[in-house]
Amino acid sequence: MNREFTEALKKEFGNTILDEITSRNETYLTVKKEANVKMCDHIYHHLDIPLVSIFATDERKKEGCFKVHYVFSIDKGDAFIIIKINVDEKSPKYNSITHKIAAANWYEREIQDMFGLVPAGHPDPRRLVHFEDWPDGVYPLRKDFDINTKPSRVEGEYVYRRVEGEGVYEIPVGPVHAGVIEPGHFRFSVAGEPIINLEIRHFYTHKGVEKLFENISLDKAVFLAERISGDNSAAHAVAFCQAVERIAGVDIPARAKYIRVVLLELERVYNHLGDIAGIATDVAFAMGAAHANRLKEEILQLNEKVTGSRLLRGMNAIGGVRRDIGDKKDEILLKLSEIQHDFRELIEYLMSIPSLVDRIETTGRIYNDIAKGLHVVGPIARASGIDRDMRRDHPYAAYSEFNFKVPVQKAGDVNARTLVRADEVCESIGLIEQALWSLPEGEIKIDISEIPDGYALGYTEAPRGETLYWVMIKNNMIVRCKVRDPSFCNWLAIEYAVLDNIVPDFPIINKSLSLSYSGNDM
Amino acid sequence: MTVEDEVEIMGQRLNDKIKKIFGRSLHIREVDAGSCNACEVEVNALSNPIYDIERFGIYIVASPRHADMLLVTGPVTRNMELALFKTYNATPSPKLVVAMGSCACNGGIFGDTYASGGGVDKYIPVDVYIPGCPPRPQAVIFGIMVALDKLPQKMKKTEVKP
Ligand code: SF4
Repeated sequence: MNREFTEALKKEFGNTILDEITSRNETYLTVKKEANVKMCDHIYHHLDIPLVSIFATDERKKEGCFKVHYVFSIDKGDAFIIIKINVDEKSPKYNSITHKIAAANWYEREIQDMFGLVPAGHPDPRRLVHFEDWPDGVYPLRKDFDINTKPSRVEGEYVYRRVEGEGVYEIPVGPVHAGVIEPGHFRFSVAGEPIINLEIRHFYTHKGVEKLFENISLDKAVFLAERISGDNSAAHAVAFCQAVERIAGVDIPARAKYIRVVLLELERVYNHLGDIAGIATDVAFAMGAAHANRLKEEILQLNEKVTGSRLLRGMNAIGGVRRDIGDKKDEILLKLSEIQHDFRELIEYLMSIPSLVDRIETTGRIYNDIAKGLHVVGPIARASGIDRDMRRDHPYAAYSEFNFKVPVQKAGDVNARTLVRADEVCESIGLIEQALWSLPEGEIKIDISEIPDGYALGYTEAPRGETLYWVMIKNNMIVRCKVRDPSFCNWLAIEYAVLDNIVPDFPIINKSLSLSYSGNDM
Repeated sequence: MTVEDEVEIMGQRLNDKIKKIFGRSLHIREVDAGSCNACEVEVNALSNPIYDIERFGIYIVASPRHADMLLVTGPVTRNMELALFKTYNATPSPKLVVAMGSCACNGGIFGDTYASGGGVDKYIPVDVYIPGCPPRPQAVIFGIMVALDKLPQKMKKTEVKP
């Protein structure tokens, strides 16, 4: 698949392509710096291939420059095209592509904050990760920045977008919220009850994760990956391990792949149950919420019995999994069949309550073109008619061996997102059953002591959607680990989802999007 | 012993203590000072029908002004420092602070870096530390119980400056 695309690109852009490297399903094309906008625009708009990540690397030591990578995902052919440009330290500027591809917005601002590379022509060049009290000219992901430095705070001001007009007023919310949720700031401009603008401001929970990866051993890095977005632990750990395993060029034992599928799907089930409970809570339907929460808790307790951790932590390792679950097979199957029975009843019941359906139908719409333009991922994308799922489009672990459906809805409202999740819960239970019924015999882990220098992508479909890692290793140490949590894509959509909705519906919309702050801020 | 039994036994002891010290109920404000969100999963679990801590007199409130205790998670990120100070100072004295999870105890895996603050007690006084990553709900209930014993010693007003 890659060949076809690269040939087509070469025909179109022959003289601007400086270098081409293909390994596995990843093709890296280094292009002239000035050609980035045209090239990305062509791939994105003309070939209709989504942009899934942009990240930079500091390769000044070896190559004398920074590099910016644009990752495109060819879903139809299980391949990735990565466009690279070199950016010189002396003039750390390159052309922004945000005016052509809206989804590039936050990535370019993130790179500006973390590497000091300026996206010339960016429509909103404000800071993203750093707050106003962060000094100019200090870039944490540059190699010459020591992770333990604590830059002193400086005076500064963050300017919000202003909406003016008669009767328009602002409601600032957060960072500390009323409920037990993560911190973030929301600024609503409202006229009466309807929201006319929402500006979100995040990165309160920025913990320097990507820098930390470069300062810890590979084994410990798996634990760090589990703690990037706590309720998506397994998805993050597997994505990271897969990237390293791809660099090492090893195929992990089949039994480990099957166990990973079980873990990943258990994670999806409890997350979706929690989200459905949250939606019921936010429409003030306490009874429905109690039932869904009870089911979620049962999965968490099952997780603990099977893996020792309620959140499935400590199970994944580079080369496989740490613990066998074969002896718990019957217990898992029995519990899941009970849960599935109760869950079906619950969903039928919830959807038969007119006052609940009335609150969620047409609420918080994300139209298909907006979802596509912002590269929204996961169940949110699928509820807006985007038929993408990494498990099917870029199969990993043992997914290619199982049957499952990818539920898609068109309406893009809270109702559609609830239905997608409900269907996914049933599909996930089906996947776990298939994996356990046909669990292959054999080892659960292989030892990988030496990892050759190199780089690779690792990816999973987390409960929140496509999770992407790009890992570069040298001398058994991580030199760069780019993490792209699904929430980094999906947060932007909330500013559109709330438009023309009333303030009291914001909590439901927010819940239905199930966004991770920590995964976004890192 | 099942989870339900454990919770029942601890919950009753907790309930007795709360009755003795507060009359009826203990109000807790949760503050996420940069957690990975898994600690929040467990705090939220406390309100599900299995644990249902409200029946023992514990109420998770929406504002620090209503709180007797702050339950803080996360390593205190640079960007949450100010919000944590504000929340602490807004909580009426005498107040209890419980650091929940390895990050809150000492920075955990995130350590003490340009972005992560290395634990709650570097910023505000902490009464009880609950280790775990994340701690199980039972451990959180136990930690809250231990913290209650400290209240009588703390009748003095305290305030910290950012
Ligand atoms: S203690 Fe562990 S679970 Fe809690 S916030 Fe920190 S990393 Fe997450």
